[in-house]
Amino acid sequence: MKRRDFLLATGAAGLVLWFPLEGSLQAQETEQTAARPGYPKDFNAYLRIGPDDRVTCLVGKVELGQGAMTALAMLLAEELDVALDQVDMVMGDTDLCPWDMGTFGSLSIWQFGPVLRGAAAEARAVLLQMAGEKWSVPAERLQVKDGVISVLGEPRLQVSYGQLVQGRRIERHLEKVTVKPVSAFRLVGKSAARKDALEKVTGRAKYAADTGLPGTLHACVLRPPVHGAKLQRVDTGAAERMPGVRIVRDGDLLAVLHERPDMATQARQAIKADFSHPEAGPDDTSIFDHLLKTAPPAQLVHEAGDLRAGERQATRTLEATYLNSYVAHAPIETHSAVAQVVDGKATVWASTQAPFIVRTEVARALGLPTQKVRVITPFVGGGFGGKSSGPQAVEAARLARAAGVPVQVVWDRAEEFFHDTFRPAAVVKLLAGLSASGKITFWDGQVVGAGEREAKPFYAIPHQRTTSAGSWQGGNPPGMHPFGVGPWRAPSANTNGFARESHIDALATLAGRDPLAFRLDNLADPRMAHVLNQVAERFRWVPKPAPSGRGVGLACAVYRGTYVAAMAEVAVDKTTGQVQVKRVVMAQDMGVVVNPDGALQQLEGCITMGLGYALSEEVRFKGGDVLQKNFDTYGIPRFSWLPKIETILIHNPDVPAQGGGEPAITVMGALLANAIHDAIGVRLFQLPMTPDRIKAALTHI
Amino acid sequence: MIKPISFRLNGKRVNLTTDDERRLLWVLRSDLALTGTKFGCGESLCGACTVLLDGEAVHACSVSLKAVAGKQVTTIEGLAKNGRLHALQQAFLDHHAFQCGFCTSGMILSAYALLLKKPRPSRDQIRQHLEGNLCRCGSHVRILDAIEAVASRKAGVA
Repeated sequence: MKRRDFLLATGAAGLVLWFPLEGSLQAQETEQTAARPGYPKDFNAYLRIGPDDRVTCLVGKVELGQGAMTALAMLLAEELDVALDQVDMVMGDTDLCPWDMGTFGSLSIWQFGPVLRGAAAEARAVLLQMAGEKWSVPAERLQVKDGVISVLGEPRLQVSYGQLVQGRRIERHLEKVTVKPVSAFRLVGKSAARKDALEKVTGRAKYAADTGLPGTLHACVLRPPVHGAKLQRVDTGAAERMPGVRIVRDGDLLAVLHERPDMATQARQAIKADFSHPEAGPDDTSIFDHLLKTAPPAQLVHEAGDLRAGERQATRTLEATYLNSYVAHAPIETHSAVAQVVDGKATVWASTQAPFIVRTEVARALGLPTQKVRVITPFVGGGFGGKSSGPQAVEAARLARAAGVPVQVVWDRAEEFFHDTFRPAAVVKLLAGLSASGKITFWDGQVVGAGEREAKPFYAIPHQRTTSAGSWQGGNPPGMHPFGVGPWRAPSANTNGFARESHIDALATLAGRDPLAFRLDNLADPRMAHVLNQVAERFRWVPKPAPSGRGVGLACAVYRGTYVAAMAEVAVDKTTGQVQVKRVVMAQDMGVVVNPDGALQQLEGCITMGLGYALSEEVRFKGGDVLQKNFDTYGIPRFSWLPKIETILIHNPDVPAQGGGEPAITVMGALLANAIHDAIGVRLFQLPMTPDRIKAALTHI
Repeated sequence: MIKPISFRLNGKRVNLTTDDERRLLWVLRSDLALTGTKFGCGESLCGACTVLLDGEAVHACSVSLKAVAGKQVTTIEGLAKNGRLHALQQAFLDHHAFQCGFCTSGMILSAYALLLKKPRPSRDQIRQHLEGNLCRCGSHVRILDAIEAVASRKAGVA
């Protein structure tokens, strides 16, 4: 092949990229087939080199605060050998970026990272080959720094990527390009400044509700008073008489539109509507019995050895049931979207973790092929799993089509609580046995409601069985969960981690052992032992069986290949039931760390956010209504709750980079339950551990 | 009541004719297209819409235009002067005192109001002052670090 065959000019305006769209997808195709076309193989899908030497990195991931914008730019810059500040990120735009399933599951670095690195490494190799041919110099004599290729020993021979590419599309591809070894990293592994910092401290960062499309009308959707209620009669007369108000109806969707968002809210209050009242379902106290009654048949998650044999080896057994309530995502940015439908093409700016899923949802709602829908994702004001689909984007798109103008939908806080897809309430029953020497001989676990992730214990237990019935993932019998449930930062694993680590601690107490020593005795995994020992050293853990009255506790977890261990000190006021977390020390082994400061931010965030589900967050509901409408009744962590936080990242470059956004939060429930037990001598079996529950537990001694 | 209202916004005079019962937040975001001030709860419960009104931190979602007339409003857009970040903005940037960034404008403005009144607050005083500002990502430690760093400097903040 000759060089001119490799490079095809695509015009002076820059490198125009063309991505293979997923064939002739029709809107009626299932989400599964439409949403899983896979990552494109052509590296051009992920990067574009401008004539000005700027490198644009295109990814379907989005920036929710977790730092993917910076970490992914680092991976690209590392493999391409350009400076980090040469890279401009374009994220979550379905017309420009390669397909991606969504930004959740701690997958951005662990799963997508290698894809992006591979693309950048191949592009770099092609560019080097092109330069070598230009100068007839073998590749071994070429070097690259900050996107400038030069010849060793010949300082005058140098060319930048931008000069080499000249705004054209790179048509050459190579097989079997290897990525850099860890030892060659110059960016990865060193803390980098966040790329979103300047925009966020100046208020210039744009979120979906900041789109500012001229002529946009703000929509307030008429909502049912309780889940399951159906609209019977509606009188919009008074609202319609208000100046500037438009009422738009699209099937079951009825909304008030106004140029000003506050006026739309006012007009919605003027609508008179009658709704049917559904039969009363479970409330927040009867939910656990309800879950046990309505759960589907249990599925086997894992089985090893023979439970009967394990029971025979046990001298003591311990059985307990652990509960947790529904928990809201409560991002500070509510679900927001702006949609415009022009000439059979819909463009939606959405606050979402999954732009490609939203594209499918909008296409289906409007009866359009997916190619006729473009979803653009600006900065997202927190997701935590709660923005894994786009109901507000669908509302905006339907209303925009019906109204013929751009429409913005921004849920108010009550709508956010009402329509959230909660972390499921759950029941975990655990039965385990101890040998005379303090080894766990068997483990019999049943999870109902939460799902199976991290339900199987990672301790060395010869005889064990874990089952799971019902899940956050859907597919539950109708009415089992009385409203939407979904992924909440480390789905299933917070519930299962609370149960497992509480039960392990209770077993240690039963054995009369120090809870750290008991864990180390029952672990066969040196990686976990190392993480635990690191935490213990920093915490200055003094071994004693619990309850010791000191208010110290520990917990550990493995989630998506990342190991976490934490120790905490708490003070409990036995009169009020108030818990003050005084200190948390946490260590994490996540393999190669891309951006250490970014990883530490995630640890701090997990600790702080985790205080909420451990101590106060609980969705109260009755008769289909979510009783909390705002932050006065749904308490999320505040500055006064803050413990002293100490974090440790374990150096482990032998393991590829694993996920870091979620694992650490999974220890928080049991960590505090164990510390509270150590403080007051009573174990709490239900999350959240509110002052009322602590007082009740103390009176039942 | 619809009437003409004027106030100073980030040092510049603003004249509007609108219902004076309307809340400042929506006038800023919609009528004036200043979107750095965020909507989080609408009921003075989260602090995302914190702005300064004559030097005091207020929740723009709960302040009516009537209460703003003739006064000075400072939003996040008005903090940087002559292209230079305010010391608090620089400290938030340096400490990575944010993740999603949605509460950041409110945090910075709230801290600014504190430092105007009390240039050397202790960490506990900063913590107490920010109790009404919610952050869901858990950037609290870094937010305290950033504000403390500014508070411990010799130069004033205004």
